[in-house]
Amino acid sequence: MEIKISIKNLEAFYGKNRVLKSVSLDIPKNKVVAIIGPSGCGKSTFIRCLNRMHEVVGGSMTGSILLDGEDVTKVDPVLLRKRMGMVFQKPNPFPTMSIFNNVAAGLKLNGLRNNKKLQPIVEKCLKQAALWEEVKNNLDDAGMNLSGGQQQRLCIARALAVDPEVLLMDEPASALDPISTTKIEDLIFELKKNYTIVIVTHNMQQASRVSDYTAFFYVGDLIEYSETRKMFTSPDKQQTEDYIRGRFG
Amino acid sequence: MESGIIKEKNFFHYKKKFTSVVMMSLTMVATIAAIVPLVFIFYYTISKGITYLSPQFFVAMPKPVGEPGGGMANAIVGTLILIGLGGIIGIPVGIMTGTYLSEFGHNKFGYVVRFLTDVLSGVPSIVVGVVAYTMVVMPMKHFSAIAGGIALGILMIPTITRTTEEMIKLVPHALREAGLALGIPKWKTTLAIVLRSAWKGIATGVLLGLSRAAGETAPLLFTALGNRFWSTNIGQPMASLTVYIYDYAKSPFEDWNQQAWTAALVLILLISILSLLFRIITRSKYKTN
Repeated sequence: MEIKISIKNLEAFYGKNRVLKSVSLDIPKNKVVAIIGPSGCGKSTFIRCLNRMHEVVGGSMTGSILLDGEDVTKVDPVLLRKRMGMVFQKPNPFPTMSIFNNVAAGLKLNGLRNNKKLQPIVEKCLKQAALWEEVKNNLDDAGMNLSGGQQQRLCIARALAVDPEVLLMDEPASALDPISTTKIEDLIFELKKNYTIVIVTHNMQQASRVSDYTAFFYVGDLIEYSETRKMFTSPDKQQTEDYIRGRFG
Repeated sequence: MESGIIKEKNFFHYKKKFTSVVMMSLTMVATIAAIVPLVFIFYYTISKGITYLSPQFFVAMPKPVGEPGGGMANAIVGTLILIGLGGIIGIPVGIMTGTYLSEFGHNKFGYVVRFLTDVLSGVPSIVVGVVAYTMVVMPMKHFSAIAGGIALGILMIPTITRTTEEMIKLVPHALREAGLALGIPKWKTTLAIVLRSAWKGIATGVLLGLSRAAGETAPLLFTALGNRFWSTNIGQPMASLTVYIYDYAKSPFEDWNQQAWTAALVLILLISILSLLFRIITRSKYKTN
């Protein structure tokens, strides 16, 4: 099994407040890893450390994160983020841009301005995000005019357009209705053929449906990390079992 | 209501209703009080200014006292040039300062700049005129449009800076994160996503700055001075509507007084057209603040 991201002794801070305590785990290539745990356990902070978005809000971190063996703290965060796309909890399409330009934004703002060259990429990404059929006739409409679920798929297409290797998803379906959620989950299933996916979720069923591996966090500690099937049938730790069975959290 | 949640209407119920009605009326009275002066301003300017308003007013030059007709073509063009010059200085400085303050100015330096901008917005315009006089007119040894433009530009800066900062602050943080997470460098995220989203608000600030500058008289009196003749040379004194209004309104001649009203009306029209143009330019089918 090929390791895509290797995390060793990762600690994350907000000021002096330590929110992640010595987390170590390996994320295998072309698999889906779900991060579960109660609110405030550091799930979001964890994935925001991976693409160094943690430092954007003034946080700091220690330990090492290796992407294909390369230390992410030593590369330019701008280049790193091109390799690790991110989808946020709340859909956040660019309000001043059309659907087309939303998808093309990452490429356009990095210098590829030729619409003829962008056209096939936008189409491919919208198809990958299962949104093409719904928007192919109105690519010039405002991205904001789409429904919540469509906006989120637009954001996924936007993240895919810069051709990342890893996709970080921070509760991508928690603001969506069940039908849109199903679409996003089907999508994750498709996407893992080409991408390594790390998904934070509050929803245990979702974790068990979409992921190959699951990590359970509790107040900044990584309690357990194993294959999802094992995690949800016979976890090693009592604490994990209690959480999965809904006895706390 | 006979039954249901509210069983009795007691004293407190009526007291609350009474307070509500009183407060509502007070806000309405205040609103009307705010509108009345505006209505009067429009009423007087239009009713008094309309007499001399004709196409000729826009294309003809002023005539000596006693001669009928004439216009203020030089002053209209002069005002446009002066606010244009002011804009060349004030708009870029204001927008860039506002952007800096909101995106990078969360430090001591930013605090000081913010404070100074507030101080600048409180400085009387005539003082800014004196500064432009000392800095530009004295070394050049004569009055000039460029001196007037500099004075107006300085006056625009605080309005544009603060509006830009406030409008950029309204852009959700999620959009900045979305940009950065796509591997777009921060400066480009700021320009292409944040500023773009706040564009309409910033344009409103620019318009406010330009309108305020167009209505200034005091700083122009000893910078651009005024000019009876046609001049588009920015190195020379230049006519402006406000200075014409000032000169003509205090003159003893009846027809000059009348023309001052017309000049005032034209100034209001000019600002309205400017505002309309901004609306059209910034109109977009995509949502912005």
